Amino acid sequence: MSTDTPAPTESVAQRYVAAQRSDDFVQLRRTLRRFVFPMTAAFFGWYALYVILSAYARDFMATKLIGNINVALIFGLLQFVSTFLIAWVYARYAGRRIDPLADRVRADMGEVTHEHGPRG
Amino acid sequence: MSTVRAAEATAVLAAEAGNANTARTLTIVLFVLLVVVTLGLTIWASRQTKTATDFYAGGRSFSGFQNGMAIGGDYMSAASFLGIAGIIALYGYDGFLYSIGFLVAWLVALLLVAELLRNSGRYTMADVLAFRMRQRPVRTAAAVSTITVSIFYLLAQMVGAGALVALLLGIKPDTTFLGMSAHTAKVATIILVGALMIIYVTVGGMKGTTYVQIIKAALLMGGTLVMTLLVLAHYDFNLSALLGDAAGASGKGDAFLEPGLRYGVEVAGNAQQTFYNKMDLLSLGVALVLGTAGLPHILIRFYTVPTAKAARKSVLWAIGIIGTFYLFTLALGFGAAALVGREAIVAQDLAGNTAAPQLAEALGFDFFGGEIGGAAMLAIIAAVAFATILAVVAGLTLASSSSLAHDFYANVVKKGQASERQEVRVARISAFGIGAIAIVLSIFAQSLNVAFLVALAFAVAASGNLPAILYSLFWRRFNTSGAVWAIYGGLIAAVGLVFFSPVVSGAPTSMFPDSDWQWFPLSNPGLISIPVGFLCGWIGTVISKENDADKYAELEVRSLTGAGAH
Repeated sequence: MSTDTPAPTESVAQRYVAAQRSDDFVQLRRTLRRFVFPMTAAFFGWYALYVILSAYARDFMATKLIGNINVALIFGLLQFVSTFLIAWVYARYAGRRIDPLADRVRADMGEVTHEHGPRG
Repeated sequence: MSTVRAAEATAVLAAEAGNANTARTLTIVLFVLLVVVTLGLTIWASRQTKTATDFYAGGRSFSGFQNGMAIGGDYMSAASFLGIAGIIALYGYDGFLYSIGFLVAWLVALLLVAELLRNSGRYTMADVLAFRMRQRPVRTAAAVSTITVSIFYLLAQMVGAGALVALLLGIKPDTTFLGMSAHTAKVATIILVGALMIIYVTVGGMKGTTYVQIIKAALLMGGTLVMTLLVLAHYDFNLSALLGDAAGASGKGDAFLEPGLRYGVEVAGNAQQTFYNKMDLLSLGVALVLGTAGLPHILIRFYTVPTAKAARKSVLWAIGIIGTFYLFTLALGFGAAALVGREAIVAQDLAGNTAAPQLAEALGFDFFGGEIGGAAMLAIIAAVAFATILAVVAGLTLASSSSLAHDFYANVVKKGQASERQEVRVARISAFGIGAIAIVLSIFAQSLNVAFLVALAFAVAASGNLPAILYSLFWRRFNTSGAVWAIYGGLIAAVGLVFFSPVVSGAPTSMFPDSDWQWFPLSNPGLISIPVGFLCGWIGTVISKENDADKYAELEVRSLTGAGAH
């Protein structure tokens, strides 16, 4: 937890630099990046695999599985499934791990958390 | 299936006159209704539009769900609805690649951009790019790229509207409608669509535009859901039977269900062309997935909600809505291939852009009492297509006029000294000017391919905007020089490569088929221009000593926590 209490005389820049160095913020950044960077690499790789197979593995993609439904169609539909799944997993992760940390950093900075957020 | 096609053929022959009139009247009635409702909402929204925040960001008062719907309305363009259905109907499986790329792209927005942008910006994409930089060069660059991307996209939609109307109103080359030839009707439609989008934006601002987009999303989802269910019902919900029938009717057999008929085509005996075709497929794939998070008209939608959590929720809703819609495109495309048939589609429109409305007519004929049912379904789907185009062009006009007023006028010309009232007035004038320019360009650009213009807009957005956005948010060292290099480098690479590609010259299908200055072999520049954008951003950064650590601290804390958010 940060022990910095924003003094009235503190400049805006000092306030943000102090917040950036606080333990809570360092943990917030790590928690966010630990999820979004690997996940971005994963879905991009998975999508790239699909595009590359479409270009270079035509025989594999043409393999029929059930009736006229082939690997290409299933692979494409799996891209939908993975997109929905990643979105859902991220929403859960953000709600449980990221939001509480962000709220804490904001509270430490002396900002009121508005239920409906700031306007203007 | 053969009964449907045969019946439809008879219907077309026998009822050309009578039912064309019924469909036409119904189309016009529905279209007028749509215009009246959306204009009414726009005027109502204008009464609540008092401040700059109201005009640019709808007062940040929309809920996650409302904004998710509006994002869907902003994103699912005529290229998606008509274009993808058309490509699947004519080339089969390859059209599905667009659906997948357009959807997966939303993960970039969800994981890396939406919430951070919402927390740290106010009205435009440049608010984030210029946050810790010198304002004038970065905002100028951002305004240039915003307007470039939006104009390409805008042209695609308006040209599409013009191309469709003659077909939807059933105007043949040698007949007239209200005394207008097909060409006059196209021009009239472009002017009408342009005038409406100017009104939505200048009068209703972001609030009015958002309501138009929400209505459009509901209409489009409803219309395509019904069509999808009817197609599946026709095959007793047996997907394999639908695919088999589509493959059979296409005359291509199983190849119709596999990648390779349209993109990455293997040319026998020409290894080099085969290689280029496959590279072009990869290039398209990369541009689609990286373009979305750099589209200014999509990015400014995140400012219409109060918090980052609401921005996240709106992207989640958008992914659900857009993903469902792109699943429907499979049924629409393969359904059109099977139930309308390649011959009938190509006879109407070589690019297949009318496959979806034609499918609606065939389904209406099949399920709802013959010719009248067919005419009614055609009219309804035609009105949905108009709504689709209107919502997207309004979003694009708003994005470019916001950037012109907020980035260029207020922060470059007036150096941040403009009053809110002045800024909004300039935004309204800009919307009028950009709308007028778009109308004129669209009239002259009618021969351009719609899908190409949209794919180009995606490539330009991914090359010019995305590198600068990601560097801004995540790279401490990034600076003014880096941002300017990234934007202009990516922009020039993307537009320049297209200029020297077979799309513009040197091939029978080029814009200038009789000239040849082509040397770049791919029609989509993304594979080269996106890395160029990232590389330029890096070079520009390291050759400059500027580095404001305090401002980065402010940006990082604000973007991750929402402290000090507008």
